[in-house]
Amino acid sequence: MTFDERLRNVSVIGAAGKMGSGIALLLAQEMAKQKLKPENKNVPYRLNLIDVNDVALDGLQTYLKGQLIKAGEKTTVLLRDLYKNREDLVENYDVIAAFVDDAMSLFRLGTDLGMAKNSHIIFEAVVEDKNIKVDLLKKLDQLTGKDAVYFTNTSSIPINVLNREANLGGRIIGFHFYNPPAVQKLAELIAADQTKPELKEMSLELAKRLRKTIVPSNDIAGFIGNGHFLRDGLHAIREAKKLADEYTLPGAIYIMNKVSQDLLVRPMGIFQLIDYVGVNVYQCISETVSGYIKGENLKDDLLAKMIQKKVLGGQRADGSQKDGFLKYEKGRPAGVYDLEKSEYKMFDPSGWSGEIDKKLGDYPKGIVPWRNLLMDPKKDEKLTVYFKNLNASNTLGAKLAKAYLKNSKEIGEFLVKSGVAKSAQDVNNVLLNGFYHLYGPINDYI
Amino acid sequence: MKKLRKPVYATAGYNTVSFGSGRKEFNPKKPRPGLEEYITEAGKGVIAQINDVNNIDEGIISNFMAARFNRQGNLAAMIPMIHPSLEYKPCTRVEGACGSGGLGLYTSVKSILSDVSDVVLTIGVEVQNTVKAVYGADILAGAGHYRTERKEGHVYFFPAKFSDRAGACYDKFGYDYMRKGMAHWYVHAITNARKNPKAQEYHNTIEDLLAAGMTPPNPNVFCEHINVYDCSKVSDGASALIFASEEGLKKIGIDKKYAIEVVGWGQSQADISKKPEEPTRLTTTRRSVEKAYEMSGLGPKDIGVLEVHDCFTIGGLLHLEATGVVGYGEGAAFVAEGKTAMDGEMPTNPTGGLVGFGHYTGGTGTRQAVDLVHQLTGKAGDCQVKINSNRPYGMLISMGGNDRTVTCMIFRRAA
Repeated sequence: MTFDERLRNVSVIGAAGKMGSGIALLLAQEMAKQKLKPENKNVPYRLNLIDVNDVALDGLQTYLKGQLIKAGEKTTVLLRDLYKNREDLVENYDVIAAFVDDAMSLFRLGTDLGMAKNSHIIFEAVVEDKNIKVDLLKKLDQLTGKDAVYFTNTSSIPINVLNREANLGGRIIGFHFYNPPAVQKLAELIAADQTKPELKEMSLELAKRLRKTIVPSNDIAGFIGNGHFLRDGLHAIREAKKLADEYTLPGAIYIMNKVSQDLLVRPMGIFQLIDYVGVNVYQCISETVSGYIKGENLKDDLLAKMIQKKVLGGQRADGSQKDGFLKYEKGRPAGVYDLEKSEYKMFDPSGWSGEIDKKLGDYPKGIVPWRNLLMDPKKDEKLTVYFKNLNASNTLGAKLAKAYLKNSKEIGEFLVKSGVAKSAQDVNNVLLNGFYHLYGPINDYI
Repeated sequence: MKKLRKPVYATAGYNTVSFGSGRKEFNPKKPRPGLEEYITEAGKGVIAQINDVNNIDEGIISNFMAARFNRQGNLAAMIPMIHPSLEYKPCTRVEGACGSGGLGLYTSVKSILSDVSDVVLTIGVEVQNTVKAVYGADILAGAGHYRTERKEGHVYFFPAKFSDRAGACYDKFGYDYMRKGMAHWYVHAITNARKNPKAQEYHNTIEDLLAAGMTPPNPNVFCEHINVYDCSKVSDGASALIFASEEGLKKIGIDKKYAIEVVGWGQSQADISKKPEEPTRLTTTRRSVEKAYEMSGLGPKDIGVLEVHDCFTIGGLLHLEATGVVGYGEGAAFVAEGKTAMDGEMPTNPTGGLVGFGHYTGGTGTRQAVDLVHQLTGKAGDCQVKINSNRPYGMLISMGGNDRTVTCMIFRRAA
């Protein structure tokens, strides 16, 4: 069976989740394009969107429609060509609406796993729990009669483990999208030892069609992306704990978040990123990876304490940020959680946070916010100048930033040395394309 | 040669801000003024300059596509919103795509000449930021022929039409020569707009304008032969002024030194269902200009300030050529040599033109007339060009569609 034939019936399990819905959106666009080809005129195409959460499935349809309209608006040149033989579709509005209708007609939504019975490709994007995933994969494989291939979106569980425990005989590969899947250019590709060569080929073809940049990662828990993110976050948590004596824990979290965003010129601070991913998801990654990697402490009790207080971060169905380590107002950090008082301490530029800003010291010359550099063709030159000034600076902020950069670089080098990544370039590519960083962790800036 | 049977004057001009992307205060997610607010602001701006609103005999409103941008027709009925005294006055809406404004001027002049009215309030308006650009392109494509052109047309229908013209000029005169001329037109437009607080590009902070203008066209992102800097932006805004007879001027209490006089015009209509006969020339525009020269007995050497319809930089260059100010194919060199600058050989679009000031399509011709009132009466502020007594005339060209509906009008200071 060819890849195109397989693409006629696809299922996404966990489709109402953040990752699943994004994967569904990408697949819908590709499948709709296939369906519109003249040679596929009478071929039925199905995209089964399955999730245990019936309420969330309600919102999924609305979400997908909105996103498909946006996608259509961005690819109208292509759509006008796809529909060139439809005399009734004349204006941009007409072709975009037709495309949305055609894509929406692919969907079958439901909670019944049996819907996946005739699927030849199955995307798994359920909760990051090995036992749940193994159980699910076993059930699916019984349903599909051992014909389907599986793309798992796990971000930390070794694919060899899933393959072995679900007895899939190599019909599984790790295809790890980044959040949000429709936006982030990266997909990490992780093959198990037994993964069939044709499945690797399919993955590359799929990545091409979904316009994703593939970075291969070896099958070591956490892979490259979370391998870096987990350790990067733990560094911030541990530094914060050290700073807590002098600045209190909320003050220290404020410091590390600010340093990692402003002085490292990243899109968001590290605690904001943990909130974005979800404190509980981050904890889950920490637990999972810790289970497979020995001799390295990859846990911290601060996470459990936050979860105990039900401070979880993550996002609402509309994409807005829930409060976690930080409190958000209009999507921007406005306060920081105080574990002792079980409440948020709001930023106060004329009070406590202003005092901390003073202690962090003046920013080095040449600093430019991440957003302003993003599209700047001279960004590399500007970063070189800025980091040179950062190296020469000895403020508290600069010291913390330098230690942070050094740690991030060491993580990157460790990922290469320990065989997770094939090269420094692969590590850098993951951070550039999956985390929107402007520079890779393995660099000469520090 | 047709002569005016009596003098017709224009005065009391008012432009709103040309609003849209580029303005600091523009936020597509926030509510914005609509047709009602723009029409009222422009109308009141005129009324404030005359002695008594009751002396207005008639209203003309120019607009292209409010029926689609704003889901609003019957725009003539918006004129009485400006002031209660305008209730029950005769009002007419005119439409000729992006040349609607020019038709509004032409219609107003005819009304004075026919003795129907002594004082006409002429308004032009368009509010386009109501839809995303990809749908706005559908709406503006209505200036072309829907039945024969739209299906095969580009996503960005009109930019592609002028991209085709640019491509034909590249073939004829060389890519580098034309590209440089178009980029210089952009530099020229933004430089002038930065002097005008109401211009859409007033806040433009691009350091290297020429480099931006030279951006190579990328058909994967936009059009084959033009880049986004070659295009006027999506604008909201309105302009208004008074056309009056000799008696009308007296009635509204305006001294002639604050008025300009119409000395000639030409209006020409090409067949919308036919393709332009020559992509490197604007032949309909040329006909309109010739008519205006003939009526006024003037030629390009008499013109001291020019307002051309540069919906695209290539359009600006071709308009220059159509006026006879420069020869065929010479527009690009003329602008690159700085000759369109405010102190240049032929000051052109001193407030920024469509690329710099903005292009609220149906109101642009009206805006051009307001700017000529300001220029020729010395009221143009930082955008004022020096008007020499040996060539005291100002000329405007208002174009609808791909050189289909074109009005040219020539004025001089009334006293």
